[in-house]
Formats: sequence, C-alpha cells, structure tokens
Amino acid sequence: MSATTSIPLSQRLAARGIDSLTLLVLPAVFFLLALFIYPFLYGLVLSFTPKTGPMLANYTRFFSDSFLYGTIATTLWLALPVTIVTLLLAIPIAFRVRMMKHQRLLTTILVIPITLGTVLVAQGLLNYLGPQGWFNRTLLTLGLISTPVKLLHNYWGVCISLVITGFPFTFLLTLSYLSGVDPALEQAGATLGAGPWERFKHILLPLLLPGLAITFCLSFVQAFSVFPSAVLLGAPAGPTRVISIAAYQAAFEEYDYSMASAVAMIMGVVQLSIVVVVLAARGMLYRGPAGGGKG
Amino acid sequence: MTIHAANFRELRLDNLSRDFGTHNAVKDVSLTIKKGEFIALLGPSGCGKSTTLNLIAGLLPATGGGIWLDDRRIDPLRPEERGFGMVFQNYALFPHMSVKRNIGFGLKMRGVQKSEIERRVGEAAALVRLQGQTEKLPGQLSGGQQQRVAIARAIVVEPPLVLMDEPLSNLDAKLRLEMRAEIRRIHNTLGATTIYVTHDQEEALSLADRIVVMRDGQVRQVGGPEDLFSRPDHLDVAEFMGFRNKVAGRVASVEGEHATVTVGDAKVVGRVRGTVAPGGQAWLAIRPEDLHPAAAGGAGLKASVVSTEFRGREFVGFSRMADGTDLSFLAHDRIAPGGEVTLAADPDRVLVFGGAA
Amino acid sequence: MVKDTRLSSKLWAAANWTLIGFFILNLGAMIATVVTSSFATRWLGTWLPAGWTTRWYSAAWSEFQLSDVLSVTFQIVFLVVFLSGLLGVPAAYALARRDFPGKKLVMLLFLLPLLVPPITFGIPLATVLYKLGLAGGMSGVVLANLVPTVPFVILVMIPFIEQIDTKIEAAARVFGANTFKLFIHVLLPLLMPGILAALLLVLVRTIAMFELTFLTAGPTSQTLVVALYYAVFAAGVRAVQSIDAMAVIYMITTLIWLVIALRFVNPTQIVARAKK
Repeated sequence: MSATTSIPLSQRLAARGIDSLTLLVLPAVFFLLALFIYPFLYGLVLSFTPKTGPMLANYTRFFSDSFLYGTIATTLWLALPVTIVTLLLAIPIAFRVRMMKHQRLLTTILVIPITLGTVLVAQGLLNYLGPQGWFNRTLLTLGLISTPVKLLHNYWGVCISLVITGFPFTFLLTLSYLSGVDPALEQAGATLGAGPWERFKHILLPLLLPGLAITFCLSFVQAFSVFPSAVLLGAPAGPTRVISIAAYQAAFEEYDYSMASAVAMIMGVVQLSIVVVVLAARGMLYRGPAGGGKG
Repeated sequence: MTIHAANFRELRLDNLSRDFGTHNAVKDVSLTIKKGEFIALLGPSGCGKSTTLNLIAGLLPATGGGIWLDDRRIDPLRPEERGFGMVFQNYALFPHMSVKRNIGFGLKMRGVQKSEIERRVGEAAALVRLQGQTEKLPGQLSGGQQQRVAIARAIVVEPPLVLMDEPLSNLDAKLRLEMRAEIRRIHNTLGATTIYVTHDQEEALSLADRIVVMRDGQVRQVGGPEDLFSRPDHLDVAEFMGFRNKVAGRVASVEGEHATVTVGDAKVVGRVRGTVAPGGQAWLAIRPEDLHPAAAGGAGLKASVVSTEFRGREFVGFSRMADGTDLSFLAHDRIAPGGEVTLAADPDRVLVFGGAA
Repeated sequence: MVKDTRLSSKLWAAANWTLIGFFILNLGAMIATVVTSSFATRWLGTWLPAGWTTRWYSAAWSEFQLSDVLSVTFQIVFLVVFLSGLLGVPAAYALARRDFPGKKLVMLLFLLPLLVPPITFGIPLATVLYKLGLAGGMSGVVLANLVPTVPFVILVMIPFIEQIDTKIEAAARVFGANTFKLFIHVLLPLLMPGILAALLLVLVRTIAMFELTFLTAGPTSQTLVVALYYAVFAAGVRAVQSIDAMAVIYMITTLIWLVIALRFVNPTQIVARAKK
C-alpha cells in the first residue's frame, strides 16, 4: 500500500490549491456562466436559426445589404480616429500631470465626463454646439467664422462626444501605467546624457508601450460600442449609422432576435479581432516590471 | 585598459544650499574634491548627504551657492550636460534593455560609433566581471550582478566624477563586503574621482580617502578615515564613530593636551577636543572596547552591571551608573548582574568635549 | 522627475496646458449651458436667457415622474452594489489567496465582460432575459447590471487583498480564530477600505450605466439615465428647459456620489486596470 492512498482526498485537493476557501469563487463563476457565457452561446446559436431561410441567412443578408455591412466601416471610421486622438491627447497630458505635486484636483475634473455618461454629454453638446450655442457664438464674436459651424447631427458631433467621454478613461489608464514607471530610471537616463526627448524615446515610451496597447484596446472597445451619442448627436439614418444601431433596430424595432444576435456576433468578432491584433503586437514588446531593480 | 578618468583638477562646492520651503536640507556646504579622490559623504538619514549628491548630479536645482569644475560653473547645467556617472540606490537599470544596452546607453547618447560602443561595453563588462551575461535582461540577474551592471554603466562613459548613492544598501551582509572590495578595486584600477553616499561608518572608513561627516544639512567634519576615527571634533561625530559611552562631568583641570574631569567622586583623564575651560561642564566620550573593569582597588567610573553577553573572545558588559548613565564595556570574565564594577580607560582613548549636559 | 528649463521644454509645457485648459473650458461651458438653460424662461438666439425661473424643476419632476424614477434608480443601484459585493469580494479573496488548476480560465471569464462592451453582450443577454420573462422588470435590470460590476469588484479587490500579509491570517488562526471569526474580526476590518472603494465605484458606474439598463428595462424599471435618454430622444415633445432640469438632477445625483467616492479612492482606480 503506497503512502499517497492513505492521504484523504480533501488534503490531496488542498495541495493542488483547492479547499473550502477556493470554493468562494464559485458563486461568481456560476453567475457569469449563466448571464454572460450562456447568453453569448445562446445568441450564437440563435443567429444560426433565422426566422426564414437557411442557417446562414442572417449573415448572408448582413453582408449583401450595404445598409447593414456598411455599418462596420462607419463604426470603424468613428472608433479608430477617436481612439487615436484621445490617446494622443492623453499621453502628453498624463506626462504633465505626473510632474505636478497636487494632481488630485485636476484628475478629478478630468474624470467628471466618465461619470456624467454619454447621455448627459449628448444633451449638453446639443445645447452647447448648436447654431445658437455658446461655442458658435464665441467663434462668431471673435471673427473666426462667418456662419455657425455645423457640428451636430453629423459625423463631427459623434466624434466630439466620443472624445469627451473617452478621454478621461484613456487619460486615467495612461496615468496609472505612467506612475508605474520608476522615476529613478529617468534620472539615470539624464545622468547618462539623455535629453528630455531621448529619455522619452528610449526609456519611458518602451516601458509604457505595453500599457498603451491595453489602453488602446479598452478605449477602442468603448468607442466601438457607441450608441447613445450616435443616435442623439449624429445622423442615425445616414453617416453615423453604426453597427450597434443596426443591432438595436433588428432587436427592438423588427423584433428579429435572430438577426440582432447575428449583428451582435459580427460586432463582437470585428472588435475582438482588432483587440487581438493589437495584443499580438504587444506580445512582441518588453513586458516586465517597470521598476529599476530589486527593492 | 582604455577606460580612464577624464581630465580635470578639482570639483568645488561653494556654499551650496538647498531648501524645501522653510526646511534647509543642505546649508552652505563648501568642499573641494581633488581628481582621483574617493570621498564618502557620511551621516544619519535626513542629514542632507543624498540631497548634496543630487545637487552635484543636477537632479535637484540648488537654491544657493555654486558648483565648479575647475573654472567652469556647472550648477546651471542640466544633468545630461554634466557628463557624470551615477550609481543609484535601487540601481535604476532600464528593465527593457539587455545588460549590454544598459551599459552602452551613455555612450549611445554621446553619439559614439557602434563598433566603439561594442568594444568599450565589452571592456566595462570585463572590468566588473560580467562577461557572458551581457545579453540578459536586468530582471534575470542577481542583486550583486545588477549592482555590477549599474557600476559598469556609470564608469563606461569615463566621467570626471562617479556619484554613488548608498549603492550597497540593498545587498545582504556577505555580498555587501564583496561588493565593497569590488568598488575599491575598480576605483584603484580606474582612478575615477568618486563621491560615495552612505550611512554606514564602517563602509566609509574602509572605502574612502576622505570622509565628510554631515548632520542637519551641514558639514560637521572632513578628514581621513584614521583622523576621524581617533580625533573627531564634535561629540555627535564621536558618537557616530563609535564613541558610544557618553558621560557628563565637570572639568577639574587642563594640562596641555589632556584634561581631568570629575564625574561624581571619580576623576577621569582624557584628551581635549575643542575648547575646554576648568570649572566648565564637559562630556566624556569612550568606545565600549576601550572601557574595561579596573584592577582591584583602581580608580574609575562606578556602575552596577545589568547584563553581560558572550562575544567569542571576550564579554560585552552593560552597566548603569548611579545617575542613570548607561555604560558598555569589555571584560575578560562574565560578571553576574547586580555586581558593582569600576570602569577605567587609557587616557589617550578618552575624549573630552566642552559643553553643557 | 527631471525638471527642465530649456525654452523648447517651456513651449511644450505651455502647449500642454493650453490643451488641458481648452478641454476643461469646453467641458465647463457645456455643463454650464445645461445648468443655465434649466433656469431659463426663454433662451433663443442670445448669450443669456431673457429671464430666470425655477419652474422647470417642478415641471420636470411631475412630467417625467422623477420621484418614481429616482426611487427605482436607487433601489436598482443599491441592489447591484450589495449583490456585486456579495458575489465579488469572496471570489476576489479566493483568487488572491489560492492557485488552482484553471485559475487562468476563471480570470479570463472575469476579464471578458469588461473587455466586451455592454451593447454587444447586452443584446443576447436581453434576449435571454426576455425569454425567461425577467426583462422589463427590476430583477432583469439588476441581473444585467451585475454582469460587468461583479468582475469589476473582483479586479479592483484582488490587488487590494494581495497586499494584506497572509501572516496576519495565519496569526489569527494560531490564536484560535475559526474561518467565520477570522473573517469578521480580522479580514473585514482590513478589507473595509477596499470594499468601500470598489462598491462606491460600482455605484457611480451603475447610475451612469445606460446600455444594459436601456436594453432590459420596462416602463416601470427605468433608471434616471434611461429616462433622460428617452426625454432627449423625443426632444420637441417637451420644453428643452425641462429636459435640462432633469439633466441637472441627474448630474447632481452622479456628482454627489463621485465626490464621496473620490474621498476614499484614487481617481485612477475608477478604471479597473486590466492585468495580464
């Protein structure tokens, strides 16, 4: 009789990290399996059982109707530039804020748009950017323009609102990655003769890139799912008919849940493939700790 | 060996000051460092030694005074324009660069040619005994090896001045001794002028040509290791140098270099440091290893033994005088707690400082 | 940090500050527009309204049945906060303290709902909830909102729990505490700041969560943000000032909680950092 057989099962499991404490994870796991994974699989199956026609009917319909497949390009044309612009804004501002002693007030102000949410920003912009709004009025008074700029119910309205609601998120992520970089590294670079731009290029940027890749993905996913601003500030029947509008209309206007699921799946695949590409590129970067040594 | 120290005569700190708001971190520090010297800035934490080093490196702007390299004023220069080498406390190695790229970083910033960088990095790696490790990332190295990379990175650019900020504080005791010898060996090989910040007096004594003792942002005393060890100018420097027994008394008489001090009904003779006047108050400072139980019937300081500890060759005794002053001493035999001892020391080993109790 | 005093650096700093200033100025002006409009009698084609009034608030209050909407909002939000703490904190504790086979997969399961935007998983989720007859009521809204908040609590809490020394728990065990006593007397007090921070953030996020509530809510289970969306969407039916009054009420509701939350947490915590 070997020694291992006499050890009770519970102890053998505990040695592999499974004991009563580990079981605490189960309720959350079951919850997400039931309300996240199951609906997803259900939606996937549903998308292959169309109201009429063969299994792939929803997908063939989507990719043969420019009113539907065009939404992918429309969405990307909004989400990608917005993500890049917010990132380009966030990086220098995060660097500036990191150098400040009292960052809290400024970060708090910059955080406000996240909590206001897309709907309120849309309502605010409808007032503010309108032909009679303060923005156009100021530009007219300053003589910078002669007729009001049209910034609502078109591409630009959606863009602006996405930048406003997306910037704080991008900024906060960048800032938190940036504060993970040991300031002594920059000092070491300086004592070795590197000027500000060289320190950025050779030290900070390479250490920050993996974080920026994650930031890009998360900001992109947010911008990709644009819904309220596209409806309220854009032209939801035309230039800003994004893919989430197509999905919503299929579900709640045509009551074709099968088609809606198909659109949701396509939406998921498109955004995940972009995320996967960015994360794969990130895999080629240095991804260790951003500290300067032990201790 | 082609790594050699750059040419200059001296580095001069001229009333260098730095305050943070109302707090003076460094106040009027003046110091001249000759080419090739190994200088230690020594003091307890918060004494301003690291601030002084950062001022020299240019990582902090000075709020008063100046720094001169021969006739050139360098304190308005940014750190990257000073061309010094620095070893940081946590090494600050670039975690995303190989050992080779870390060491070569300074050369690359100076626009040195690739083949030349390759050659000099190889030499520097050999000097710190890191051959064969140069393709690794810092995270794959041990603490001692990381320390060597940090040193190589600082010296490869042949800086006029190498600054070291408590470089050994993160290593364990054995490695610390090893790296100490290593730093001294590299200094002897290159002759690079070095300023070394530490709070460990033993480290400073064993490494430095000259030691600068700092306290409260000011220089208390500058001198060679032997000088500081046996002839500290101030009571606090003496304490820092291991004169841990501190006894208050009154000066009875002064005869040339020596003074007699009364403590209770005992009389102790010691060497005078600073100014001491008969009748004035004074402090006696004695190292525990110089204080021993007197022969039977001999004169000395009376105290009762609290405990003794065995230290291999002899015993360390802890005792207390009637007025509550603690005295540590060395003894050949164990003394039972509660026993009375009379403690005496060679007059040349006792220091007398003037000043109120 | 290395301070720089060169002219180019100064210009660059000035450009940065201009950018920050421009952003804050427009953000402030946008909010001010909404607030001004909500107090305006008539505001057409001028810098400032013709006169001031507070009547839009009472109008909005009755028109949009805000007392009902607010009570629904807070019931939903507090249920979500309570349940996501109940599910999330124990799971975070297990994940922070144990290594078990399949842990990576479990972590992925908790990361996905934060990586996939709500509108994408919201549509199939709403479909399932409608099928089960749960959507359209409060329970459906609460369930849908829990999908991103439970993982959020877990991801915020894991690093917080990891930083608590396991020796403290070992010490409590040695001195005779059983699991329950350990939890009540040792862990809960130590974890309280973290739990409080995570739950406050859940609260702010849930108040502002539009998509999931929008997709699953029925007429009696609308939260404030969804009611606001419908009001803006159907603009023209009501006076714009009355919508703005509602927007101000919404803004105050979120900002109060944000200010409270920021007393306890670092702003960067609002975004759960996705660790790989």
